[in-house]
Amino acid sequence: MNFSYTRATTVGDAIQAVAGDPQARFIAGGTNLVDLMKYDVERPGRLVDITRLPLKAIEQTADGGLKIGALVPNSDLAYDARIERDYPLLASAILAGASAQLRNAATTGGNLLQRTRCYYFYDAGVPCNKREPGSGCPAKTGVNRIHAILGASDACIATHPSDMCVALAALGATVHVEGPDGARVIAFEDFHRLPGDTPEKDNTLAHGEMVTAVELPAPRFGQNHTYLKLRDRLSYAFALVSVAAAIELDGDVVSEARIALGGVAHKPWRVPEAEALLKGKLPSSGAFEEAADRLLKGAVGHGENDFKIELARRAVVRALSQAAAGTPQVQSNKIVN
Amino acid sequence: MSNVHPYVGRAHPRVDGALKVTGRAKYAAEFFADGMVYAAAVPSTIAKGRIVSIDLSTAKGAPGVIDILTHENRPELPDSDKPYLNDMVAVPGSPFRPLYNDRIFYSGQAIALVVADTHENARHAASLVTATYEAKRPTVDVAEARHEAYDTFEPRDGIPPPPPPRGDAEATFKGSDIKLSESYRVAPEHHNPMELMATTVVWEGDGALTIHTKTQGVNNPKMYICAVLGLDPDKVRVTSPFVGGAFGMALRPHYDLLLATMAALKHERSVRLVLTRGQMYTMGWRPDTLQTVSLSAQDDGTLTSIAHHAIQATSRYEDYQEPTVNWSGLLYACPNVTLKYELAKIDVSTPSDMRAPGAALGLYALEVAMDEMSYRLGMNPLELRLKNYAEKDQNDDKPFSSKELKAAYEKGAERFGWSNRSPEPRSMRDGKELVGLGMATGCWEAMMMPHSACATLSADGKLKVACGTADIGTGTYTILAQIAADAFDLDIEDVTTEVGDTDLPMAPPEGGSWGAASAGNAVRVACAELKKELLTLARGIDDSPLANASLDHVAFSNGRISLVSDGERSVSYADAIAASGGGEVKAEGSFAPDEEFAEKFAAFTHSAVFAEVRVDEQLGVVRVTHIVSAIAAGKILNLATARSQILGGVVMGMGMALHEETMWDKTLGRVVNANLGEYHMPAHADVQNIDVIFVEEDDKANPLGIKGLGEIGIVGAAAAIANAVFHATGKRVRELPITIDKLL
Ligand SMILES: Cc1cc2nc3c(=O)[nH]c(=O)nc-3n(C[C@H](O)[C@H](O)[C@H](O)COP(=O)(O)OP(=O)(O)OC[C@H]3O[C@@H](n4cnc5c(N)ncnc54)[C@H](O)[C@@H]3O)c2cc1C
Ligand code: SF4
Repeated sequence: MNFSYTRATTVGDAIQAVAGDPQARFIAGGTNLVDLMKYDVERPGRLVDITRLPLKAIEQTADGGLKIGALVPNSDLAYDARIERDYPLLASAILAGASAQLRNAATTGGNLLQRTRCYYFYDAGVPCNKREPGSGCPAKTGVNRIHAILGASDACIATHPSDMCVALAALGATVHVEGPDGARVIAFEDFHRLPGDTPEKDNTLAHGEMVTAVELPAPRFGQNHTYLKLRDRLSYAFALVSVAAAIELDGDVVSEARIALGGVAHKPWRVPEAEALLKGKLPSSGAFEEAADRLLKGAVGHGENDFKIELARRAVVRALSQAAAGTPQVQSNKIVN
Repeated sequence: MSNVHPYVGRAHPRVDGALKVTGRAKYAAEFFADGMVYAAAVPSTIAKGRIVSIDLSTAKGAPGVIDILTHENRPELPDSDKPYLNDMVAVPGSPFRPLYNDRIFYSGQAIALVVADTHENARHAASLVTATYEAKRPTVDVAEARHEAYDTFEPRDGIPPPPPPRGDAEATFKGSDIKLSESYRVAPEHHNPMELMATTVVWEGDGALTIHTKTQGVNNPKMYICAVLGLDPDKVRVTSPFVGGAFGMALRPHYDLLLATMAALKHERSVRLVLTRGQMYTMGWRPDTLQTVSLSAQDDGTLTSIAHHAIQATSRYEDYQEPTVNWSGLLYACPNVTLKYELAKIDVSTPSDMRAPGAALGLYALEVAMDEMSYRLGMNPLELRLKNYAEKDQNDDKPFSSKELKAAYEKGAERFGWSNRSPEPRSMRDGKELVGLGMATGCWEAMMMPHSACATLSADGKLKVACGTADIGTGTYTILAQIAADAFDLDIEDVTTEVGDTDLPMAPPEGGSWGAASAGNAVRVACAELKKELLTLARGIDDSPLANASLDHVAFSNGRISLVSDGERSVSYADAIAASGGGEVKAEGSFAPDEEFAEKFAAFTHSAVFAEVRVDEQLGVVRVTHIVSAIAAGKILNLATARSQILGGVVMGMGMALHEETMWDKTLGRVVNANLGEYHMPAHADVQNIDVIFVEEDDKANPLGIKGLGEIGIVGAAAAIANAVFHATGKRVRELPITIDKLL
């Protein structure tokens, strides 16, 4: 594969270089893009290396939150003292993903923009609507153990594979982007999209738009939260199902709840009505089950992944129990508590 | 001089360890030659059918492209199977011939070879080659082909067909009250060694070739390539000094060898071809096998019948075979046994030997069935094994050369705490986790093959031993050095070992766990020959103090040959060597298994494996928290490398039980998880506490008492874990791997 490579020195230059060339791509940690290039899935004509841009800071915001530069490595973010103290759910979700080496290289922006792990998407020798619109979706009737049970379309049943994003969705983060037409801020739930008829689009960024930062609102859920990830081995595998759960208690009663699911849809899956069901209730398995059922309403399997519906239901219940008890899942300990 | 002798039996660190961790150990893809060009193979996208046309136009114009070979423009290849059958590990059938014609046998089959100035340019151009096909619907699931299963195949060399039935298993089973008949299946697996298949062909200028290729035995690729391409064996040297794991996949020559050599000959220059990780799934694999085991027993646990039936996948073009069901006829004493083994063809590449081929699958099924029987009987699973302990090999009606399996059961059970197991399934728990304890037996042949070796002692006191075998990471370099150092009472630092070169004395491919016993004894013989040689020289010295000494009366130690009865009378190694008129003395030695002994005795290694698992009751998450593998495998040459072999085998067994699965798309006939991210093997977090115990055996099959242990570690491990999962959960999963979904 032949491509030109330039190292951007300012955000503006980087955006200009990519926006003006449909074949150009930003490259950050490269842990996903380089793999895709090796598989001939991505064939960029130009790589614009953004790793030298000054987007590596984690800064306090005016309203008490944190603004995380797009180039902050996943490891640095997970081990940042403010994140560990005020956003332990985020730290935990990051540490549940990939391996130490990958987390060292992977960036905050890149993590948001990583592509699906659908087997067929990575194999340039077979059809795939996401890779080649209109070519078909062999996953629907094929090996779809890792595929979506929610929000899928006739065109595509892929999932978004990130762990970090599931926590960001639960925490209500926002995404700062800059493009040729200026800067904008996107609510996290509006950042990734469902596949619909255009599965080639993972998110709502326009070509040439760059993620510059992810912003966290003022800290909440410091006490009652968990990230529970279920996978095909105890470490270093993508989630079959993962749950980011966070609740606030007013006395014994739930005053606020957030539940986001990973590994089940084209984006982290949140259903406000399911979260609302918990409000004003005492934490109990009955209440958790009710919320889980609402969250999974409309879930459909495609054969090999039918089990995910029941697995997700049980995972939500367990995660909410962990959160309510204030005993979050410890990622270095593989016993599910 | 060191006083640590004998080295044999100690935990000596790997002599090649430093080379490996510092990157100085050279693998096939790391050899370089001036003017070398790089090749890349283009994989087919269909699994079955014909190539209609190949479009090379874009690829040819890509930067750096020198040539693209296809079945239409390739140099001549032989039209008969015969030359291709020059493969010591060939199986019956018509061997695969890369770029031979337009026929596609399996997805990913090489349809073209790009040669370019750099590896990157070759890979890029390969991605630009397109083809049109006449595709047929493939079958890649052996279950879909089971109605076409056949048992009328030519037997594979060295693989005994199932023994004839003894007694009447069917009638006994019918008449029994206590019985079970269950089906088992293990997901197809690939070997997945770290090192990719690779060949670097060095064009030596005068038509001579030096071929560095990944192989478990250099003589096999040499024989094959010379036969297929009509090369003069005197002009071909093959080396493979280091192998980054193989597990059986590098026993047979693969298409990297033929394609790289073909390109080198055509262009008269050096060529390197490294297959991609994805292409590692286009060759040899542990075959998908459908198994049924039927057992019947008396109230007291005495087995009255065993029937074991296997239908195993093979390719369209070859009848790959492994003795899957055979161990079921010898592991337990039983008068009525029927074993049946069939093949079924699917559209895949030919399976190949993979660590404990046959046993890993067959004994998984038998040992889970035994576990099921123990619950049927309400009997401790270990008691059931002891009740039916076999004192002789009933398949061949021979006593065992040695069999300390009882001691292995006992020591393993004790270390593990087997007596803490409560009999009922689901009866042990710890918090949210169900705890399960399971066990299983393993068994593997103790084989030997003819090997030659040489030993060279030089005046500076350095000893070199060499054998054309391979060290596929098992520790061969180290154990050969230990044996040689002991023979001459040398510091092991003064011994070097060479393997993996066709210039060295003859050895067959390294497999079947025969390497240590065969190469080890060949080195022993070479050293003995060298001693004879040295003594003759020492005796010939003027006024030699050893003038009339015979080999029985002298000792070789402290750099001298001395009379045992009178240590003062001695000749130094250096003086003896000087008497030869040269700076070194060399001797060759050969070893061949003792046929007479083999007629009389059956030689096997055994294992007793105990596993503790913890399973989250709600979520099905399985953790293997403790394994004890007690091994009875003859003389243990090196406690460190031997332990590593067993650990590796146990971890591979854990992969079989819980993680590993090559997944084919049934419509496309294509492996979808052909990479190490999505093909799951145990990660560090999965591997917890593994205890290895060696129960030594005094075995007489060869003078060093070696049985070999590269494979026994995996046998029984998957069954022990699966049995523990049942004990924990009460759920019997008969299709491996046991993933979360199967336990919900
Ligand atoms: C074997 C393996 C296992 C893994 N396991 C997990 C796991 O369990 N959980 C998990 O969450 N992740 C996992 N990952 C994925 C990993 O988290 C991502 O690859 C990583 O986060 C991507 O970040 P990066 O900086 O390397 O992105 P890159 O590879 O550099 O880029 C990825 C994409 O994002 C675009 N991009 C990058 N930065 C920006 C930006 N600032 N603005 C706009 N576009 C941008 C690039 O153009 C490219 O398209 C795994 C990866 C591998 C290889
Ligand atoms: S699920 Fe989506 S990504 Fe996967 S094959 Fe179908 S279209 Fe492609």
